[in-house]
Amino acid sequence: MQGFISLFQAAVFFGTVIMFGCVGEIITEKAGNLNLGVPGIMYLGGISSLAAVFIYEGSTDKPSSAVCVILALAASFAGAALGGFIYAFLTITLRANQNVTGLALSIFGSGVANFFGGSLNTLAGRFEQISVPVTSAAFRQNIAPLASLGIPGQLFFSYGFMVYLAIILAIAVQFFLTRTAAGLNLRTVGENPQAADAAGINVTKNKYLAICIGAGICGFGGAYYVMDYIKGTWANDGSIEKLGWLAVALVIFATWKAKNAIWGAYLFGVLYWMYLYIPGLTRASQEIFKMLPYVVTIIVLVFTSLTNSREKQPPAALGQPYFREDR
Amino acid sequence: MGEAVISLRNVSKSFGEVLANDNVSMDIYKGEILSLLGENGSGKTTLMNMLSGIYYPDHGEIKVNGNVVNIREPKDAFACGIGMVHQHFKLVDVFTAAENVVVGIKQKGHFDLREVAHGIREICDRYGFVMDPDKKVYDMSVSEKQTLEIIKVIYRGADILILDEPTAVLTPQETDRLFNVIRNMKKDGKTVVIITHKLHEVLSISDRVAILRKGAYIDAVPTKDATEESLTEMMVGEKVELNIERPEVKDKKLRLKVEHLSCYNADGVQVLDDVSFDAYGGEILGIAGVSGNGQKELLESVAGLQNTMPGAKISYYAPDDSGEHELIGLTPRKIRELGVHLSFVPEDRLGMGLVGSMGMSENMMLKDYSEGHSIFTDNRKPRELAEQILKDLKVVTPGISTPVRRLSGGNVQKVLVGREIAASPAVLMTAYAVRGLDINTSYTIYRLLNEQKSKGVAVMYVGEDLDVLMELCDRILVLCGGKVSGILDGRSARKEEIGRLMTTYGGRKEKG
Repeated sequence: MQGFISLFQAAVFFGTVIMFGCVGEIITEKAGNLNLGVPGIMYLGGISSLAAVFIYEGSTDKPSSAVCVILALAASFAGAALGGFIYAFLTITLRANQNVTGLALSIFGSGVANFFGGSLNTLAGRFEQISVPVTSAAFRQNIAPLASLGIPGQLFFSYGFMVYLAIILAIAVQFFLTRTAAGLNLRTVGENPQAADAAGINVTKNKYLAICIGAGICGFGGAYYVMDYIKGTWANDGSIEKLGWLAVALVIFATWKAKNAIWGAYLFGVLYWMYLYIPGLTRASQEIFKMLPYVVTIIVLVFTSLTNSREKQPPAALGQPYFREDR
Repeated sequence: MGEAVISLRNVSKSFGEVLANDNVSMDIYKGEILSLLGENGSGKTTLMNMLSGIYYPDHGEIKVNGNVVNIREPKDAFACGIGMVHQHFKLVDVFTAAENVVVGIKQKGHFDLREVAHGIREICDRYGFVMDPDKKVYDMSVSEKQTLEIIKVIYRGADILILDEPTAVLTPQETDRLFNVIRNMKKDGKTVVIITHKLHEVLSISDRVAILRKGAYIDAVPTKDATEESLTEMMVGEKVELNIERPEVKDKKLRLKVEHLSCYNADGVQVLDDVSFDAYGGEILGIAGVSGNGQKELLESVAGLQNTMPGAKISYYAPDDSGEHELIGLTPRKIRELGVHLSFVPEDRLGMGLVGSMGMSENMMLKDYSEGHSIFTDNRKPRELAEQILKDLKVVTPGISTPVRRLSGGNVQKVLVGREIAASPAVLMTAYAVRGLDINTSYTIYRLLNEQKSKGVAVMYVGEDLDVLMELCDRILVLCGGKVSGILDGRSARKEEIGRLMTTYGGRKEKG
């Protein structure tokens, strides 16, 4: 039982990071832009939040938890949205190739973040390891009375607020895309920009907004990773990047529906950590288990392609630049 | 004549080096049905796109109801009461009809699709449309999609409707229905502009005809004073003989013998049912039928692009007397090498056979690069071929290196058909070769087919226009429901007879 609980918890931690990335990327892709820069953007979100609260916590004797949380989230959103803006400017205004730009952004984001992460570690001095204890504690504060409710408490209430924020955000994005006029307009832009344009929708504005907001949400994933997952420190080990790519895979797994991202993210978490709970694995066979999320994504891709369901396909104009006077 | 709702003054637009509209000044009057007539690439669509906000004029001014307006966006066009139905539909496949109608209209937050559905039904009742608001676009036929586009612009309150080649993909019955709707709109006080180059439609539906030639405005005449000949002359700038030649068949030689050909499509529906016929060198065999009755599959089976049912036999007798070749089982490339060529013009002209971002000469290379003997491509021959097609078919393009997607639709088609003809095949199959082409270019294509015929090529021509089939073809094979319902002599066939066979499965009148 204890093994199951700890697997479940590990899956929720893991799933929350990629759920943010996935929900952000769904908004971006619904606008017709395939942003492969998710890993880089999550890096930017993570380092921005860490740098902001590091400066804040260092500047005052009694840092307030609320200010720390707000500052961390605002900084991660802003840092990531800036990354999204670079991508949007290159792909929409300059009509650069989306895949190449996204990949470049991934490399750029990880380079910038690790450079400043290293600098922060040096600045932190003595132990050569940065830490932001107040913020990290605020992020990891669970719902105290509910968390002590025995097994259900451990399973569902032993997490920081970001876990619940991710679920609320996924539901909100699902509602926005399917039930609001603005969501319908945004989906039109991703399905058929010519149709959107002819219907009087500002394609460029919609794309810019979707990409920047989507990137900002991806950035939350980076902030959650830094503050909660690795407890307010910085590690130059490239693990955000790994999670970023899984977030991109999760978009396909969720068939571009934010509500599917919720359970999909946790399933990916279970699949990813399962190797720790299966007895008798060697180091080599562990690696095979770590592949499972990707294998499942490929299987889902094969099945959705086979069933030929029009509802489960990517946005029709995904990856294509739009220029009105082109013919 | 009433007052002008739209006045264009000295409007010009160019794309790179291509001048699409040159100082056009014209008026559109309230409550009229105006046909905008011109050859391919004469700038009809570009001109109308400037009214609908897709393009912005380089200079010139546009007045709506006497006021100078600045139409920078489609939104601005809606505000002026102008709505355009584009030739390539601007619909989202995965949305329902109602969602497509409401998209882009300013509303607050949550939207009510039931209200939209109600509005759609009202429009349908008023003008005589049929449309289910909850139907997904991917389940719709071409004519339903077009209906939806028209509903969309009316729902937005357009008083001036611009229809870009609305009949290009419709059957005659659907066209009649559309024309009834257009007449209802006129009765309702709306102004309708139809872009077309089908002369008989111009004469039957419009009040006035405006003519463009090479981007410039020529004149506008009341339809009642116009004839097919006078309009053609204005459109082309010279007199055009509107008779299709049909040289006598000489040297008739069996080239292709098709026996018991049956085939199923991807959905498991039988699309060809026991089709047998012969095709001879030196004659044009027309294939008639309502669109989607197996014409495409028949040609594709011969070209090796379809899986046929066992028991079928397609024998090919090459002109070099190398005897009989069985085509079933050969790869499409092998069949091509034997001299059997297919040029299919799909609804979306770039969809099959040409690469939009490549120039003419590179597109020439596509089909026979494998004939080269080294790993390097030979650019000289394709360039010569491209230049020859440019000259023979009068393709309007800044140069053979200009990407073909920058050319107008009709010019793209000339490149597509010209390439197949230039390969000097023994059997030439063309489907919808003149789809969407203007008169002058169509006649050029007919002349080219006749040229092939007199060279001893077996030409198979799938066409939509019965009058043309009857004037051009030596024999006409009629398909209905994938079955041959009759093979008639082109010289003696009557239109009514072909029409009857087109709707009679297996050649007999269906009972009940």
